[in-house]
Amino acid sequence: MDKHYTESKGLHLNYSIITDMIEKDAQVLDLGCGDGTLLKMLKNKGICARGIDISQSNIVKCLEKGLSVFQGDIDEGLMGYSDKSYDYVILNQTLQLTEKPDYVINEMLRTGKKIFVSFPNFGYWRIRFYLFFKGKMPKSNILPFEWYDTPNIHLLTIRDFLEFAKKNNIKIEKKICTRKAKIRNKFFQKYLSDNFFAEEVIFLCSRE
Amino acid sequence: MITETKILKLNEKIVLQSGAELENVQIAYETYGKLNKNKDNAILLLHALTGDAHAAGYHKGDKKPGWWDDMVGKGKAFDTDKYFIICSNMLGGCSGTTGPNSINPKTGVEYGLSFPIFTIEDVVKVQKKLIDYFGIKKLCTAGGSMGGMQALEWAISYPEMVNRAIVIASTSRLSAQSIAFNAVGRNAILSDANFNNGNYYHAQKPEKGLAIARMIGHITYLCEEAMHEKFARRFQDNDSPHFTFDIDFEVESYLAHQGQAFVDRFDANSYLYITKAVDYFDLAKKFGSLENAFKNVLAKFLVISFTSDWLFPSEQSKELCRALMKNKKDVSYCEIQSPCGHDAFLLEFETQTKIIKSFLNDCGGNNG
Repeated sequence: MDKHYTESKGLHLNYSIITDMIEKDAQVLDLGCGDGTLLKMLKNKGICARGIDISQSNIVKCLEKGLSVFQGDIDEGLMGYSDKSYDYVILNQTLQLTEKPDYVINEMLRTGKKIFVSFPNFGYWRIRFYLFFKGKMPKSNILPFEWYDTPNIHLLTIRDFLEFAKKNNIKIEKKICTRKAKIRNKFFQKYLSDNFFAEEVIFLCSRE
Repeated sequence: MITETKILKLNEKIVLQSGAELENVQIAYETYGKLNKNKDNAILLLHALTGDAHAAGYHKGDKKPGWWDDMVGKGKAFDTDKYFIICSNMLGGCSGTTGPNSINPKTGVEYGLSFPIFTIEDVVKVQKKLIDYFGIKKLCTAGGSMGGMQALEWAISYPEMVNRAIVIASTSRLSAQSIAFNAVGRNAILSDANFNNGNYYHAQKPEKGLAIARMIGHITYLCEEAMHEKFARRFQDNDSPHFTFDIDFEVESYLAHQGQAFVDRFDANSYLYITKAVDYFDLAKKFGSLENAFKNVLAKFLVISFTSDWLFPSEQSKELCRALMKNKKDVSYCEIQSPCGHDAFLLEFETQTKIIKSFLNDCGGNNG
């Protein structure tokens, strides 16, 4: 694992991957858009993107960038957004923060033709080892919080998401593991999965 | 900043939505900042129910500045270093623009109730004459409450002119509850013994009725929390009741003061007409649906609401945004945490300044 990935740099990696995968002129909705960095990248590519965020200071930062943003709570759903009105709905690094992740994903699939969901993988080997050896709630660069002040209330692993997708008739179109540990050992490569080696994942999904 | 209200006299007659015609219409207005060479740095401010053209600065000798002085000026949300700011008194008002208290050129006496019923669309139509007078082809419209309705109406009526619209604590139509409050206000005026069918300009004015209308208004502009904060259950003097029907509580004294201050500056007939125009405003009804109303707008919208505003609740602002988004229009929405009720749009200037400044940030207005 490359140690030099800072949190923001890691996020930017996601931003470029997602931006690269979306075609020009697409209609995109970014849930939990933060300060609008991803929206701006999408807009620069000629993509028609708008965002939703709960925080007023983030809304101000987005407005400064000339973006269209809506202050709202995505846990309240996407009421008022019609079915399949967006080509892509994005939930980047936000799933684990939502109160009702299942509801949010279903709302995304209702309003978007395709959806991007990215989250830190709690099955990552370092996290497993942290809990195993230290016996404490794991902390890392992308999970920097203490157990009592973390906003991450629904942490999950890649396998959890795959099971969830199967149960809910969600088709996984693509799975991109970012910040994946480099493995030389062939045995490990063969028998241990992304769920073990990837620190973060981006799924591109659609409704089956 | 010393400012003064100017008058523009229109030569042509104005045909209203109802078909009625008005002649010799005049518009009272103020401007702040400079119009640039390209004439593309204008912002038209639109006042609320009882506002006037005097949005900012001080009139000579006055102790109180204009109604939005916190927001308009050097370095403020509506920055006079960058923008040419215009504010006019609305049609039907009583602060310089033609209204029921103006002299009807045909009769030589005040219009009173013979003044035609007008709509928000008519109000905007008259403002357009002022904008044309300046030779402005592109502008930003901004207003709170009824001013927000006009900002919307502008973007719909003149889509090619409005490149930005800022709609604060407003709605595309009043709720039945809000119409009800307006109706009680009008009833108070209409049933005042001095009302005399609107012909009171040379006699005793219907002050009691107008004051009661204003008191009701002020209740709706605040909210429970704001009232508790301001007055709680405190008594006006001492800390004991008078055991009479005179003013006991601080909140009573506040309302009485607001009522009295209002009758000194506002015309009862204007109150009737303007509240009616606000009640009639209904974009969904006019265009079949709210979505349809925004079909042709080209402006970039900023919609702001306040959490404790129950007169123009956030939900109505969100409804606006959704209709715009369904049309794939550029719209941003911000809900400001505030305990001030509907009045927040006149009080919460720090947060609004941040939001409005960043919204206007990339529109490049300057004096260059």
